[in-house]
Amino acid sequence: MIEPTLNSLYQQLILEHYRKPRNRAELPEHTVEVRMYNPVCGDEIRLQLRVDGDRIAEAKFIGQGCSISQAAVSMMTVKLQGATLAEADALVSQFINLMHGDEAAARDRTLGDLRALQGVSKFPVRIKCALLGFDALQEALKQSRLEAGAQ
Amino acid sequence: MPAVIEGFDLPSLRAQFPALDQEVNGRPLVYLDNAATAQKPREVLDAIAQFYERDNANVHRGIHELSRRATENFEDARARIASFMNASEPAEIVWTRGTTEAINLVAGTWALDNVGEDDEILLSTMEHHSNIVPWQLVAERTGAKVRYIEMDDQGRLALDTLSDVLGERTKIVSLGHISNALGTVNPIAEITRRVHDVGALIMIDGAQAGPHRPVDVQELGCDFYAISGHKMCGPTGIGVLWARRELLEEMSPYQGGGEMIRIVERDGSTWAEVPHKFEAGTPNIAGAVGMAAAADFLEGVGFDLIAEHERTVVGYAMEQLSQVPGLRIYGPDSLDERSGVISFTLGDAHPHDISTILDSEGVAVRAGHHCAQLVMRHFDVAATARASFYLYNTTDEVDRLVEALDTVRGIFAV
Ligand SMILES: Cc1ncc(COP(=O)(O)O)c(C=O)c1O
Repeated sequence: MIEPTLNSLYQQLILEHYRKPRNRAELPEHTVEVRMYNPVCGDEIRLQLRVDGDRIAEAKFIGQGCSISQAAVSMMTVKLQGATLAEADALVSQFINLMHGDEAAARDRTLGDLRALQGVSKFPVRIKCALLGFDALQEALKQSRLEAGAQ
Repeated sequence: MPAVIEGFDLPSLRAQFPALDQEVNGRPLVYLDNAATAQKPREVLDAIAQFYERDNANVHRGIHELSRRATENFEDARARIASFMNASEPAEIVWTRGTTEAINLVAGTWALDNVGEDDEILLSTMEHHSNIVPWQLVAERTGAKVRYIEMDDQGRLALDTLSDVLGERTKIVSLGHISNALGTVNPIAEITRRVHDVGALIMIDGAQAGPHRPVDVQELGCDFYAISGHKMCGPTGIGVLWARRELLEEMSPYQGGGEMIRIVERDGSTWAEVPHKFEAGTPNIAGAVGMAAAADFLEGVGFDLIAEHERTVVGYAMEQLSQVPGLRIYGPDSLDERSGVISFTLGDAHPHDISTILDSEGVAVRAGHHCAQLVMRHFDVAATARASFYLYNTTDEVDRLVEALDTVRGIFAV
C-alpha cells in the first residue's frame, strides 16, 4: 500500500507528463531562451519562447531531471501557448501559491494540469524542483520586456 | 541470513548512537547516507561536552590551569590522530576544517610554490569536486595543465593507461583512496610507487577511507593524506592533513594570523614550528577532541571487525539489489574492490524521486551527482541514488531498503 501523502505527490498525471512531456523540442524561431540549473540535484531546463507583441506565441523546452521538475515544466508550457505576458505572470504567482499550500490555488481551474502538483507542497525539499521551470519563465518574461522596452 | 561475527555485538553498538534510535515518517530510521556524514556515538558526544563543560579555554596562550588543560587536550588529540594514521610524529598532523581544506592547503602552498607553466597535475575522473577544483585553481594561476586518469566500465582506475598521463612533466598527483560516488577502492601503494618513479609527489584524499579501514601513511608511502572527522563518527568542521615533516617544513604558510607566527615585526614575520605554522587563529579545539574520541571509538570496535561486518552487509545488499528488476549498480562487481557505497539507478525513476519515496518509508539515501560530476558523465547519467553503509548498518536495514524500492517500482511501474 502506498502511503497517502506519497500517493498525492506522484499522481498519474505527473508520471504521464514525465514520460511523455508536451512541447519538449527545440524552437528555432524563439525570441528568448533561458537556461535554469539546479546545482543541488543537476536538474536542467532550457525554456524557449516565441513572444509576439504581448503574447507568447509558442513555448517549448529541453530538459532533464526528476519527475516533478519535468512534469511541471511540461504542464506549464501547455498553459503558455498563446497566453499574454500578463496571463503568464498570473500563472507564475498562482503556481507559487499552490506550492505554498494555498487552498484557493488548489481549486483554481485556470492552472489546468498543474493542479496535480499540489501534493508537492507537503514535500518542502521538492518545491524547488517544481519551480525550476517557473523560475525560467519569470526570467524569460523579464528579458522579453527588457528587450521590448529597448526597441 | 548472514553469519554472526564473533566479538561484534551489533545491537549494543547501535545503542551507542542516539541518532539511530528514532522514527522518520512513522518508521524506524534506516540511515544509509554514511558517505555524506556518519552518525556520532555517545563517546564522541560526551568527549565534546566534557571539553566545553570542564576544560574550555584557548590553546597555547594562557598560563592558567584551564588553558593548560585545553592545550593538553588539543595536543593529545593530535597525537591520537598521529597514531590513528601511523604518522611518525604528532607534528606531521595539521588540523584543518576537513578534507576539502586539507587539499586546498596543499594546492595553495606546495603547489603554488612548485608547479609551473610546463608542469602537469594528474587527477582522475573518479574524484570528488574537492579534489578537482583546488587543482584547477592552481592550474589557472600557474598555467599548468590538469590531466586525468580515466576509469573503466566498472568504475575502476584504468591503470593500464597510467603511463600515457604520468610522466616527467607530472609534478603532483592527487587521488581518492576510496570513491564516494562508486565505492571503488584504489590501489594507492602501487600507484604511489609509480608516481615516485617519475619524481612527482602524490596526495591522497582519504575522506572515504579513514572511516572504514586503518590508514597507515608510512606503509602507503604517499606524500600527503587528508581525512575528515565527520565521516568517521567524529564532529563536523574538523579534519587532518598529514604530510612528512620535511615537506611541511619547506612549505609556505597557508593563512596568516595568531598561533602561526614566531615573531611579528613591522616589515615581516617569522613562522612558528611545524605544524602550528599552518594553523592560524583559534582552532576547532572541541572538534579535535571529538575526532580523537572517534578514533578511540573505531579502534575500540576494531577495524578488522568493522571490515568483516561491512563486507557482510554490503555483500548482502549487492546480492539483494541485483535481484531488483530494472536496478542497475555502478562501480566494481567484486567486493574486494569496493567499500561501503552502492550507487544505483532504477528504471526511469529519477534518483531524486527514489530518494523522496525511500524517505517516506524512513530510509535515508542520497540522490544526485555526489559532488562527482565527472563520474556521472563517465556513466552517462545525470544522477544516481546512493546507499552508503557503515559499521552500525544491518542486513535487516538492507531488507527495508529493498522493500522501499518496491514502492518506487510500484509508482514508476518499473
Ligand atoms: C571522496 C571525498 N573527498 C572529499 C570530501 C570532502 O570532505 P569534507 O566535505 O569533509 O571536506 C568528501 C566528502 O564529502 C568525499 O567523499
